Amino acid sequence: MELWQSIPFACILLPLGSAAMTSVLKGRWARYWTFTVLTIVTALSAIFVALMANFEGNYTYMMGHYPAPWGNEIRAGMLEAITGLFFSVIMLLSLMGGLKKIDEHILSDKQSLYYVMLLLLTAALMAQTYTNDLFTAYVFLEIMTIAACSLITARTKGRTLVAATRYMIMNLLGSGLFLLGITLLYDLTGHLLMSNIKEAVAALAQSGQYQMPLTVVIAIMSIGLGIKSALFPFHTWVPDAYGYSTPTSAAVLSSLVSKGYIFLLIKIFYRVIGLDVIASTGILDILFGFALVGMVMGSISAIRQSDIRRMIAFSSVAQIGYIFMGMGLGNEQGMTAAVFHIFAHAVCKAMLFLAAGGLADASGNSKQFRDLRGSGFRSPIAGVAFTIGALSMVGFPFLGGFTSKMNFAMAAMHGGDTRMMLVLLVLVISTWLNTIYFLKTVITLYRKPLPGAVYPVEKGRRGFCFNASLVLFAAVNVALGLFSQGIIEGISRGLNTFG
Amino acid sequence: MSFHNYEEMAAMILFGIGFTTLLLQKNLIKKIIGFSMMDSAIYLFLAAKGFIEGRTAPIVVDGVTSMEAYINPIPAGLVLTGIVVSVSVTALMLALTVRLYRRYHTLDIDRITALVRREEQ
Repeated sequence: MELWQSIPFACILLPLGSAAMTSVLKGRWARYWTFTVLTIVTALSAIFVALMANFEGNYTYMMGHYPAPWGNEIRAGMLEAITGLFFSVIMLLSLMGGLKKIDEHILSDKQSLYYVMLLLLTAALMAQTYTNDLFTAYVFLEIMTIAACSLITARTKGRTLVAATRYMIMNLLGSGLFLLGITLLYDLTGHLLMSNIKEAVAALAQSGQYQMPLTVVIAIMSIGLGIKSALFPFHTWVPDAYGYSTPTSAAVLSSLVSKGYIFLLIKIFYRVIGLDVIASTGILDILFGFALVGMVMGSISAIRQSDIRRMIAFSSVAQIGYIFMGMGLGNEQGMTAAVFHIFAHAVCKAMLFLAAGGLADASGNSKQFRDLRGSGFRSPIAGVAFTIGALSMVGFPFLGGFTSKMNFAMAAMHGGDTRMMLVLLVLVISTWLNTIYFLKTVITLYRKPLPGAVYPVEKGRRGFCFNASLVLFAAVNVALGLFSQGIIEGISRGLNTFG
Repeated sequence: MSFHNYEEMAAMILFGIGFTTLLLQKNLIKKIIGFSMMDSAIYLFLAAKGFIEGRTAPIVVDGVTSMEAYINPIPAGLVLTGIVVSVSVTALMLALTVRLYRRYHTLDIDRITALVRREEQ
């Protein structure tokens, strides 16, 4: 075991330990400290990706002094490394872009608590990315839920309290189902470490015993995590939770929290149950169906909104549908496309939420489309960032969204005739709907304001951090499109050794 | 045919009751009660599964070190961890409920939503 192999462990422990420390720091110092920790985690993740590129396969890292069937483990490979890097970069940039708004929305003596929650969320995300133990995954899943709920309630104005309550109720249903799934699976296999469970499940599948309980377990876990990640029929909490919280919270919730759950689900598919066993139960078909309906219904709901933040929130529902569609295809290409879309959507959605915050600020704090007319001129960088994000979501070439849509279409070619037709049809409809609401918004941003409307002069007030974060986000978006080949190669290499 | 798995059956029924209460009740306090029932049902299931008739907790007394004499401690450990998690979540939910009640003077989630809508207009 070499020193660099401890990086995943450091990425979990550092934010977790600093979260405890941050609670006693005063506002300004808490902010500096959080920034330092997130920067260190991002840098470590980047180094880790670079080192993993030259490392064959993956390795397990023993936590504590108990070896495999009893102890707790971390397992890292190429896919985990890339995911960890993306998650930490987005976390850092989201915090940077929303700093001004955090000052505005959160009482100054409560701010250090906000940073505590942000650090806890980072730790939970990293733990879910790297852990090899199902029960550890459950514990960190609950930590993530609690932290996310606190991020929503941090802003006390407006609907946030009700939004947080609804969020908690749906999430508790989801985690209850997930916990029941783990319990049943532990009961069936006698293990909690993912690799050991997989061996036991493979033996069960071969002997034909306990097929029914196994199917129930897979269904319960998939639906539980589906509820938590806002898969279509369970998305009712999304618009309020994303629409009214402070921009950093909205960005983090939509692009990281839901993605963390999806990553865990992919991990369960590959490492705990095995893709062929999952495919034989028919659960993937159900997820596939939900996803297709979600892609269309999310977009239709988005068209009907008159509030920019709620529109982006409903667009998230549609995009989560894309990811689940890729997973529902059940083949290697579909999974690769789904993982790539996790990154593409995460980078894009966080930028859209931050940019929407800036645009609303330049329009007298209103998020309504009629007040946002011309805000692209009043807040130029936010306008350009929003345009780039919108184009990426629509699927404009050279941006991340285009590559992932193309990947989905290519993956569908390997998925059998019915699925291919369904995917291509829904992709076309969904892209068309996306174009309607995103381009409508972009055009609104650059139209002349309503006659008689006067907006306070905002130029330069947004500050350096906000602009820098949007520029960096835009750069990451373009990079994701331009260097997609390398990233996809990394993902498929990681997926090959993931199970 | 005789049944043996009384605890497991009870746990599943309780889980169902808790789940539907959490999902369908309008009253926030009843929702929280439903959540507690749901989680406790899972812990009951785990505890029942972890116990083997005729064996004792894995604490060595009287020098008996044979594996056959003891049960596996992990399910009990999981139950304890799970209880800690659900206590903290319950505390958070109760705190949210208190804040909602102070502002809207009702516990009915539908009425609260209606009040919020009216507040905005």
